[in-house]
This record gives sequence, C-alpha cells and structure tokens, in this order.
Amino acid sequence: MDSTTKRSIYISPVTRIEGHAKISIQLDENGNVEDALFHVNEFRGFEKFCEGRMYTEMPTITPRICGICPTSHSLASVKACEMIQGIQPTYTANLLRRLMHIGQNLSSHALSFFHLSSPDFLLGYDSDPAKRNILGIAEKFPDLAVRGIRLRKFGQELSERITGKKIHIMGIAPGGMAFPLTEENRKHLLEWIPEAIETVKIGIELIKKFHEENSEMVNSFATSPTLYLGTVGPNGEHELYDGKLRFMDADGTILQDQVNPANYLDFIAERSVSWSYLKYPYYKPFGFDKGFYRVGPLARLNVSSKMKTPLAQAEFEIFKKMNGGKPVHGTFYYHYTRLIEALSDVEVAEKILNDPQVTSTHIQHKGQWNYPEGIGSSEAPRGTLFHHYKTDETGKLINVNLLIATGQNNPSMNRSVLEVAKQYVKGNDIKEGMLNRVESTIRCYDPCLSCSTHAIGTMPMEVEILDAKGNSVRKLIRD
Amino acid sequence: MDNRKKIATVWLGGCSGCHMSLLDIDERILDVAKLADIVKSPIVDGKEFPEVDIALVEGSVTSDEHYHEIKLIRKRAKTVIAFGDCAVMTNVTGMRNYFPLKEVFDAAYVNCISNDSEGSVPNDPALLKLNDKVVPLQEVVNVDFVIPGCPPSADTIFYVLFEFLNDRIPNLSEVKKLKYG
Repeated sequence: MDSTTKRSIYISPVTRIEGHAKISIQLDENGNVEDALFHVNEFRGFEKFCEGRMYTEMPTITPRICGICPTSHSLASVKACEMIQGIQPTYTANLLRRLMHIGQNLSSHALSFFHLSSPDFLLGYDSDPAKRNILGIAEKFPDLAVRGIRLRKFGQELSERITGKKIHIMGIAPGGMAFPLTEENRKHLLEWIPEAIETVKIGIELIKKFHEENSEMVNSFATSPTLYLGTVGPNGEHELYDGKLRFMDADGTILQDQVNPANYLDFIAERSVSWSYLKYPYYKPFGFDKGFYRVGPLARLNVSSKMKTPLAQAEFEIFKKMNGGKPVHGTFYYHYTRLIEALSDVEVAEKILNDPQVTSTHIQHKGQWNYPEGIGSSEAPRGTLFHHYKTDETGKLINVNLLIATGQNNPSMNRSVLEVAKQYVKGNDIKEGMLNRVESTIRCYDPCLSCSTHAIGTMPMEVEILDAKGNSVRKLIRD
Repeated sequence: MDNRKKIATVWLGGCSGCHMSLLDIDERILDVAKLADIVKSPIVDGKEFPEVDIALVEGSVTSDEHYHEIKLIRKRAKTVIAFGDCAVMTNVTGMRNYFPLKEVFDAAYVNCISNDSEGSVPNDPALLKLNDKVVPLQEVVNVDFVIPGCPPSADTIFYVLFEFLNDRIPNLSEVKKLKYG
C-alpha cells in the first residue's frame, strides 16, 4: 500500500447496532485520520405517505417506523391525536401506557447491553468476530446470556400482556386504551420483578468492573462536551412517558426548563446534509455550529435532578458524583446510564402493578376532532421524539413532521466517530479490532437507524480502501 | 456435525420488527444454535454474504443496494424465506408507492417544517439510490417460502426455522399460523 495515497476507509455495514450504517474514514497523505463521516443509508418516507390518511390511524401506522421502539412512536402519536381532540387519557390508561412504555425501554436496554454490547466487554474487542455475539456469550457465560434474554423477555411481556402484542402494539387509542389489564396478567407480571432487579444489578456490577479495569479507555472515549435534552417531571425528576423538556449546557446550567413539547420548533431546527439520509438537528438558539445536543439515557440522567425510586436513586447519586454534579460527557457512560434506567424501569413497574387502579376498566375517554394541529412527544429508549400532525377539518392529515431520537444524536455520533478514529486508526495499521472500536462508538448511542431515517439499509460486509480518485486499492475482509 | 445448517438473517427496507420478533423466541435461540450457526445477521459480526442453507430476509426492495443484495442472497442461499409482510407484499414500506419519489424525498429534506433553509439534500456516492417504487422480494428473485405477519409471531418464526432445520417443509395453514398484519 502506497502510504502517500490519500485514502478513504469504508466500514459497511456497522453490525450489532440496531440499524445499518456505513462509516467512511478519510486519511490524509500521511495516513493520519483527516475526517470521518457517518452515513445513514435508507429512507422510507413516512412524512409524505401518511398525508391524506386519518390522524387516528397514526398510532397504528407509526410504530412501523421502528420495530425496536414502536411503543414510543405509538405514544407520541396518540398524544398528538389527543391534542387534536383536546382530551386527556384516564388515570388507568396512563398507568397502562407507562407500564408498556417501561416494558419497551427495558427490553430495548436489555438488548443493547446484553445481546449487542456485552460481547465487547466480556469477550474482548479483539476477540473472534464469529463468536463476538450473544451466542458466544451463551457458550462462555451461559447464565448471563439466559438472564439477558429473559430480561428482554420481561420487557416484551409487559407489552404483550397489556396490548396483546409484543411488537407493533394494538389497543392504544386517543383518550386511553382499548383493553383493561386482567388480574391474572397483573399477577404474572409482578412475579418477574425480583429476577429482573437481580439481572439489572448483575449488569451494573459488570459495567462497573469494566470501568475500573479499563478506566483509561473509558475516560478518553469520545468525551467532547455537548448540550443535553431530556424530558423531566414537574420537580425535575427522571421521566419517560409524559413531562416537559429540559435543555442543559455542557457545564450543567439549565438553558430551558419545563418547556411544553408542543413548542419544540422554538428550540430545535434541523439541517439536511449530503452524506447521510439522517438529518442534523440542533438547539436553535445556539445555531448549527454550537447547538449540538445529545438525547437518550446519558442525556436524561444528566438533565434529571433525581430518580423516582430508591435503588435507581442510589445508583444515580454515584453517577452524579463522577463529574462533581456536572454533566458526564464520556460516550461510554451511555451503557451505565442505560442500566440505571433499567433499574428504575423495574422499580417503577412494580409500583404501578401494585396500584389498585391498574386493573380498572375505566380506560378510555371519548373524543372527536376539535383542533387542526397536534404535537406529541415521548422518551424513546434512545431519546426524545416528536410527532407533529396538521389536519384538515375532516381529520385528514395534510402535513406530518417526525423528529426522532437517534436523529438528535447524529451530529454527536459523527463527531464521536471522528474522535475514536483519530485515537485508534493510524495509517496502514488498520486491524479489525480497531475498526470494531469505531463501530462500538456508534453502538454506545444504541442508535435505532430504522427509526431515525424512518428506514434502514445494508451492503456486503467488507472494508474498502479507496484512493483520492475513488478507485478501489485494497479490500479488507474482516477477520 | 456434518448436517449442521447455516442461517443468515437479512434486513432490507423495513423496520427491524421481524428481527425483534425473531429475538422474541427468547431462550429457544439456544435450541436453534444447537442445530445451526447464524453466520450473518444484524446481531452478529460477519463477513461478506456467505453460502447458507437458509436466508430469512426482512423488508422490501427499495433501492439499488437492496436489489443487488437480494440477487446475491438468491445465489448463495439454498432456501430464501420472505420474512414478514414487507418482504412478502411491501406492507407499510410500500405506502410511498402512491406518491412520486421526488415528493416523498422533498417532504423530508426540502419542505420539512423543522428544517432550516441551509444544507443540502442527501446525494453522496456512499449512499444507496432509492428506486422509484418499492417491490416485494418475489418481484426480483424466486422466493421459496413466505412468513407473513407484521411482525410474524415468535412462535411462527420458531416453528418455520425448526421445520427447515429438521429437513421438513413447514405448513403454516395446517398449524394455523397463517396471519397477515
């Protein structure tokens, strides 16, 4: 390989993330990393093809944006419908929605940690790629693999026993829910709690041990400061289902608090870019160059003042001390914060399942079309998402805007990839383990790329090096 | 060990819900692992698409890359299974077929209410090129078996996989697992 040739490295696709993407790394003449671009590849076009349909269909259509966070889409969607009708769901409906949303958060976090990320921690970044997956974990750590699989199963069951389906839920309607929770299902779900708590605790010990043993890597891993956005309750508490927005700067100063999600356009704008189907959102008051913000578990814990439950609160306090109460910027801490949220999920689920009203049959308020416009938001496992619908007087959609969680991490993902590439990829010395580290940066964000472009895509698995004219000079097969 | 099968799972234009439903077979994935190796899938690291016995293909064909990929899969897989409604009949992914591609594209990248007026539309050579119309797998290649559903249930997926792994042809109507939507 002629080291004076200017080259691009393509990693395609990025595996073991929930979606597909390509990364290209541009080297300069000396073989140093010059730039890195994160290409999100595919597009499905929900914003257009929903036009002309009735707004009430949206809670059923929009989960199909993403099979990993369908419930968050359904909830943001149904809240937009409720704004159009000018009604609120019943108390019990809110409990059931919270429960099924917790279920999705838990199953998604379990998938991200145990299935997709733990192979890196337990088997090593440079271990045999053929075994670096959940089945490899099952061979070496069978108990842990089964625990991870079962934690995800509990999350999926919360959804199934409330809505009748694990994926692409049914039975959510403006004003509430279509089916009540039976006593039998309530009891069955409660039986899961002790095992689920135990599994999350094991995960937390595992990640802490990894932090200790790899502190240099963890603390130098894509650590650039950004702004943060998350949903909080009225007292700044951690919130996933229904709350107000809080924006925080890199030093921990609250920029905006208790913002009604319906006003999102005052604070968020986005820009299309040539190299990706995923747009670049930013905090509007600071502009495109200075307004990068992050969402998701790290952002939610950074902006929150407290957790709602004791075990999660104890862990949250440890997290908060890591940077003296200021936001923690290290991208690697997404994993830890994801597990703290999982702990909170299980505790909150137990509380809700013990609420005497949870099996009530007063589950829906009736409404009708009253206002032309509706905006709804929710916290998907990967961050805040917004659905914005405009309708004509018959209730037909005339404009749809979807601002999705992963999209908001896009600028930071791109920058984090560049930082890690600069650290680990040097000139001709490009090994599979290093490429996997670049990929694992993306994996920290647990991006759900089908969501964020409302689609996904794929390509043959190889790394291609191109010269400045775009000619293929060398192909790396990943071993 | 000689009759150990090789499985690939592939994700074209769809939402990944079918793959999530595959994961919903939960602990039974360990039973599958006893009979077969999952050699290529979004959940494992792998090389270029290998020769396999069974390819489960989720999603529709929406672009040039999907078109080439499904052609390659057909060459290298003994059994190609259209996995879920998008692969079988385009489903929600095909809803954009009612509109010209340019209008669909512009709704996201040009006329979107949260977009600022700067920036440029996606056009990098690294990106796939969207086809005018979304098509199901069987419009591009011959498909050996279909599993409908949005998504198909985990039990259905496990049933089909288990039958193929034991050299039997599954019969979805007989076991009352034939369901769309």
